[in-house]
Amino acid sequence: MGQITLEQVTKSFGDVQVIPPLDLTIEDGEFCVFVGPSGCGKSTLLRLIAGLEDISSGAIRIDGTDASSTPPARRGLAMVFQSYALYPHMSVRRNIAFPMKMAGVPKAEQDKRIEAAAKALNLTDYLDRRPGQLSGGQRQRVAIGRAIVREPAAFLFDEPLSNLDAALRVGMRMEIGELHAKLKTTMIYVTHDQVEAMTMADKIVVLRAGNIEQVGSPLELYRSPRNLFVAGFIGSPKMNLLEGEVAAAQNAHTIGIRPEHIDVVDSGPWSGNVGVAEHLGSDTFLHVHDTGLAETVTVRATGEVGLRHGDRVSLAPREDLFHRFDAQGLRID
Amino acid sequence: MATQHSRSAARLMMAPAVILLLGWMLVPLTMTLWFSFRRYLPLRGGDLGWAGFDNFTRFVTSSAFWPSVQTTLVIVGGVLVITIVLGVLLALLLDQPMWGQGIVRILVIAPFFVMPTVSALVWKNMFMDPTNGLLAHLWRLFGADPIAWLSEVPTTSIVMIVSWQWLPFATLILLTAVQSLDREQLEAAEMDGASPLSRFTYIILPHLGRAITIVLLIQTIFLLSIFAEIFVTTGGAFGTRTLTYLIFQRVLESQNVGLGSAGGVYAIILANIVAIFLMRIVGKNLDR
Amino acid sequence: MARAVSTRRKTIATAAAWGIGLLIFFPILWTILTSFKTEAQAIADPPIFLGFDWTLENYRVVQERSDYMRFLWNSVILAGGSTILGVIIAVPAAWSMAFVPSKRTKDILLWMLSTKMLPAVGVLYPIYLICIRFGLLDSRAALVAILMLINLPIIVWMLYTYFREIPGEILEAARMDGAGLKEEILYVLTPMAVPGIASTLLLNFILAWNEAFWTLNLTAANAAPLTAFIASYSSPEGLFYAKLSAASTMAIAPILILGWFSQKQLVRGLTFGAVK
Repeated sequence: MGQITLEQVTKSFGDVQVIPPLDLTIEDGEFCVFVGPSGCGKSTLLRLIAGLEDISSGAIRIDGTDASSTPPARRGLAMVFQSYALYPHMSVRRNIAFPMKMAGVPKAEQDKRIEAAAKALNLTDYLDRRPGQLSGGQRQRVAIGRAIVREPAAFLFDEPLSNLDAALRVGMRMEIGELHAKLKTTMIYVTHDQVEAMTMADKIVVLRAGNIEQVGSPLELYRSPRNLFVAGFIGSPKMNLLEGEVAAAQNAHTIGIRPEHIDVVDSGPWSGNVGVAEHLGSDTFLHVHDTGLAETVTVRATGEVGLRHGDRVSLAPREDLFHRFDAQGLRID
Repeated sequence: MATQHSRSAARLMMAPAVILLLGWMLVPLTMTLWFSFRRYLPLRGGDLGWAGFDNFTRFVTSSAFWPSVQTTLVIVGGVLVITIVLGVLLALLLDQPMWGQGIVRILVIAPFFVMPTVSALVWKNMFMDPTNGLLAHLWRLFGADPIAWLSEVPTTSIVMIVSWQWLPFATLILLTAVQSLDREQLEAAEMDGASPLSRFTYIILPHLGRAITIVLLIQTIFLLSIFAEIFVTTGGAFGTRTLTYLIFQRVLESQNVGLGSAGGVYAIILANIVAIFLMRIVGKNLDR
Repeated sequence: MARAVSTRRKTIATAAAWGIGLLIFFPILWTILTSFKTEAQAIADPPIFLGFDWTLENYRVVQERSDYMRFLWNSVILAGGSTILGVIIAVPAAWSMAFVPSKRTKDILLWMLSTKMLPAVGVLYPIYLICIRFGLLDSRAALVAILMLINLPIIVWMLYTYFREIPGEILEAARMDGAGLKEEILYVLTPMAVPGIASTLLLNFILAWNEAFWTLNLTAANAAPLTAFIASYSSPEGLFYAKLSAASTMAIAPILILGWFSQKQLVRGLTFGAVK
């Protein structure tokens, strides 16, 4: 009911090819996140699937049927926009009813679905308000409500949380996650925030300059990033990427070690001076200089550790968790 | 930002407006161009054949041509200068804190809504009439001889009437621009020790640049073709014949269509020169 | 941020602004007052400001002399018809330019505006001939079409600037929600642009109402609007000040009231959104 397949899809604006030939399958019921830095083509890809942009070549199949030239209105997909894109002149009720009105759903059925959506999204008390009278989080819920009443083949989310403040973002993340668990409908979610990607996705698609760098589950990407870009992009704080002697010793051009895989010990192979120490309470992130390595090393220590700026520490990386990359930046297994 | 589908829809939806305007432009233009090369006197024999460039030379060499161009420029230029200078001053005044600002604004904008025929008639008869006009009463009150405005200083009189009509427009647009000026900028300048005059020259005036451009553009479009004001007041006499009015006389009063059409071609060329100049400015504004 | 303004300064500004405001408004005020005077009082020396015998006689005479209602009705039809027709044609065009811009959009817009600069007098005779040929001289239909065409560039421009302020995502949302082009424009774009469309309608209604080249040259009796009604007072009737004033007041009153109510929207519309 919602398998989406992209076959050799390309997109060019004039002479500039923003999406080189690309293949991707999103299974029915999957929560798929497109993640990448801004300008990587993730939103363009979503808009190609939505039908808001034409593909330049290739094919997009929805449940096996070629939808490449179907207008967006008839692809049976629903989209939640970054700006929510609510109709400002309509009440919440009429906003949610709009797609059903367009589809010619009978009035009684419309009311039933609106009530259900409003209840699920805590909007019952706001149905007669205008979008302008709602808070950011409420607007977001209305946008989601407008999407679910259509009972679409798949939901498309275009950076839906980036206009919310940090606390609300965490809450909405959970709500969207629960929605997916309940509806079991395919969802494609675009974000530049790898934390959102890691916490929500069944499958993450990492994009850079229109290219798919890696596709996999969050843990696959975390455990075995296919190249330096994915290694640096997934995980917070960033993986330490070290070159030179220490890499050569592992038969690699570059090695990577995550901050959480370095321990603070009494006597280890690396030692240096603590620069900035970020005390988060749950964790402490230490930025250690002068270890003899070219790069500053980031280390995750326990929350209660008493180290501060200028202290001397000794570090021990867990060598079995080194990621090794060759001169082209590709993973060596 | 769009699909093939929406692009073709867009072309289709733009078509009526484009086709209508294209027709509106091309059909009469072609006819005017055709007539301008004919000897065409509807009341004295109709179309009498080719005239070559006769109409064009005759129109330019007629003693009325250059004065009419001059009158056009004087009227357009005069009104532009008066409305913009007074408009800026008035806008600054209206921007001050005061009681009843809304009502004052309503008073100031009112002339803009008065149709040109009415304002011309009212000014001509009730204000500028040398015996019973209000201005004549005023002059006599101070012991001066009343002026026969529309025969002694006709061009000035017309500039006055037209300025009265367009001052509200200039003021209102400039006022909107003044109000959008960032107050903190002015306060910063004040802290830097700028006098009111230099604040005006270095901050307010540059800020108004764009609004002044808009006023210039829109007023020029409308002023180049003023007609009713002259038709009703002097009928083109006493040196108030603009190019527009001269052509009108050739075509409708002396029924010399060929000659009038040649004049029309000149007017179109003149308008295009102005248009190219103005379009550059607007084009730049569009990009912002 | 705002500083306390001294009462003295405020008083001076108020006095100056009211003085100039009344001076600018005076010709209109004087016309309205004179319309209620007798002819003798209208030309009295020194002029009488308020202490005259108020009378409605002039209005009665003007109405008797020329059927005011017919001119008024023609003005309403010409201005209203041309404006509504123009907006109907311009909305789709402005939608295209604002939401599906191409490299040529800007050129087309500028070209449209440039047709506005074609001197009307340059094409007067051809239009005159066409009207005669098709029996459209002194007909309301022809004038509605002509007024629509001369204001169409301004209507397209104004709507274009208003539409550009509407976020494209909302229209895309409508498309995703299953709306076709017609529904998108009818249910989403138009309601959202109501303020902009209203001020476009208003401004162009006023411009068409006051248009005095084509309406004077192409009408005689049947289709003549108020511009022609008042032009018939050129002379010698213009010397009867009270009646001239009554006729003038009748010609400008509708638009003056309409304009006053909508001045804010008008300013925005007139600047093509270039000055906020």
